[in-house]
Amino acid sequence: MRIVILGMGSVGRGVLASIMEKDLPFTVTGIADSKSGIVDPSGIDPGKVMTIKREKGICGNPGITPIDVVRQADYDVLVEVTTTNATTGEPATSHIREAIMRGRHVVTSNKGPLALHFRELKALAREHDVSLRYEATVAGAIPVMHTIENGLAGNRINAIYGVLNGTCNYILTRMAEEGLSYEQALIEARELGYAEADPTYDVKGIDAAIKVVILANTIWNMNVGLSDVEVTGIDLLTTAAIRLAEEQDCTIRLLGEAVPNKNLLRVSPRILPRDHPLVLNGTLNALTLSTDLAGDITLIGKGAGSKETASAIIGDILFIKRMYAGRA
Amino acid sequence: MKLEMKDTPGQLVAALRPISDVGGNIVAVIHQHDRASHADTLGVQIVLEIDELRIPELVSRLKETGVSIQRIGEERLVYKETVILIGHLMHTDIADTVDQIDRTGFAEITELNIVMPAVQERSSARLIVRAVSRDDMERALEILRAVSKEKELLLIEPLDGAA
Repeated sequence: MRIVILGMGSVGRGVLASIMEKDLPFTVTGIADSKSGIVDPSGIDPGKVMTIKREKGICGNPGITPIDVVRQADYDVLVEVTTTNATTGEPATSHIREAIMRGRHVVTSNKGPLALHFRELKALAREHDVSLRYEATVAGAIPVMHTIENGLAGNRINAIYGVLNGTCNYILTRMAEEGLSYEQALIEARELGYAEADPTYDVKGIDAAIKVVILANTIWNMNVGLSDVEVTGIDLLTTAAIRLAEEQDCTIRLLGEAVPNKNLLRVSPRILPRDHPLVLNGTLNALTLSTDLAGDITLIGKGAGSKETASAIIGDILFIKRMYAGRA
Repeated sequence: MKLEMKDTPGQLVAALRPISDVGGNIVAVIHQHDRASHADTLGVQIVLEIDELRIPELVSRLKETGVSIQRIGEERLVYKETVILIGHLMHTDIADTVDQIDRTGFAEITELNIVMPAVQERSSARLIVRAVSRDDMERALEILRAVSKEKELLLIEPLDGAA
C-alpha cells in the first residue's frame, strides 16, 4: 500500500518510526512538512528522511509544498497529520478535499477539518467511493471509532461521557493529589510537555468540545459544530473546591458529554465519586458509551503521544487495506 | 412503612395493589420471615414514594385488605446531590442563593461548607441539596444554574445529577 504523509510533527514521526520498526506493508511515496516536500514513486526511506529532518529542520525540497505532494505523488492513502487549526481547518481541509477528489483514501489526526466540515467531507468521500478515517482525532490511541463502528454495530448508543483532554486531566489530578493551585499545576504540565505555551485551547475545554462534536456527528449523524456545545473549562477551578469534593470521597474531572434525547452537548467540570470508572490519574483519556444492548462500555487509554497516535493512524490504514483488498 | 400480614399466598400482592391504585411508586420491598414472631404472620417493609395527601386513603385501603400497619415513617427529601460553587460567594449574597432553593418548598440546601482564602479571592462552597423527587432535584439544579449565571458563579454539578 502506497501512502503519503503530510506533517512531520510528533504524529508524522511516530508513523514513520513505526513503519520502520514494525516492517509494515506500506511504501511511502511522498512526505511533506510545512516548509518542504519530497516525492518518490519508488519509495522513500523513512529513516533517511527522519535524519534529514532532525539535522536540517526540513524533510525535503523547499520548492515542493504539501499540496504539490497531494497532487503529484502516486499513492493509495493520504495520511494528513498536520497541526490542527480549529478556526479555519486549513490547510488540512484543502489537502483532504484534493486527495478525495483524486480518488484517494484519507486517514487523519487533524480535528479541524472534521469539526468544521464533517458532512461535506463525508459526502465527498462517499461520492468518490473512498474512505475518510479519523480514529486519531478522538482520544489518541483508544480505538473509539472502531469500537463504535464494528464492535458495537447493532447497538443504539444513547449517550457518551468522556475524559477527552489529557492536559486538563493531568492538572486536575495534580491539584487533587498535591493540593497544587491551578496555576502551579499548569506550570508543571508545561514543564513536562503536557501543555502548550498557550494552553487556552485545552484548559477552556475547547479541545474536548471539538471531540464531542466529532463523536456526535459520527455516532448520531448530527450536523453540529463547536458553537453548539456548552463549554466550561477548568481555568477557574480552585484547590479548595477540589478539596471539598475529596472530603466526600469524590473529585472533579473535566467531562465531555452528549445525550441526544436531552438535547445535551456539554463540556464541564463535574463532581464524580473517586471510584468512578472515569476518574483516572495523569494524562489518560476515557470514554463511556451507554448503549441499549451492551450496557455501558468504558474505554481507557493514552490520549496523546507520538507512538500512541501513530497506533490509531496505522490501524486506520490497515483497515482500509483490508477493506479494499481485491478491489482494483 | 412497615406492614404485618397473614403469611398466606397472595397476601403480599394484595397489599401492594392499593399502593399503585392510589398513585404511589414502590421503591423497595423488604420481606422478612421473623421466626420469633407469630408463625402465621409476615412482616414486610415497603419503601414508597407517594403524595402525602394520599396517605390516609392508602391506610384505609390497606386495612380493608386485612393488612395491619405497624409503622409509617416519613422522609420527605429523599433525593440528595452535592454541588460546588466557586466565585465571590459572600459578595453575591450566599444567603439569598440558599434561600432561592429553600423557598421552593420542594428542595432545600441542608448543608453548606465555605472555604474563603482571602477577602478579594474567590471562595468555594459545597452545598448539599435535598429534594422531594427526581424531577424536583432537576428543578432545583435548574434554579442553581440560573442563579450561578446571574451572579457569575461557577457551578460544578455531579455527573449523575439529573442533568
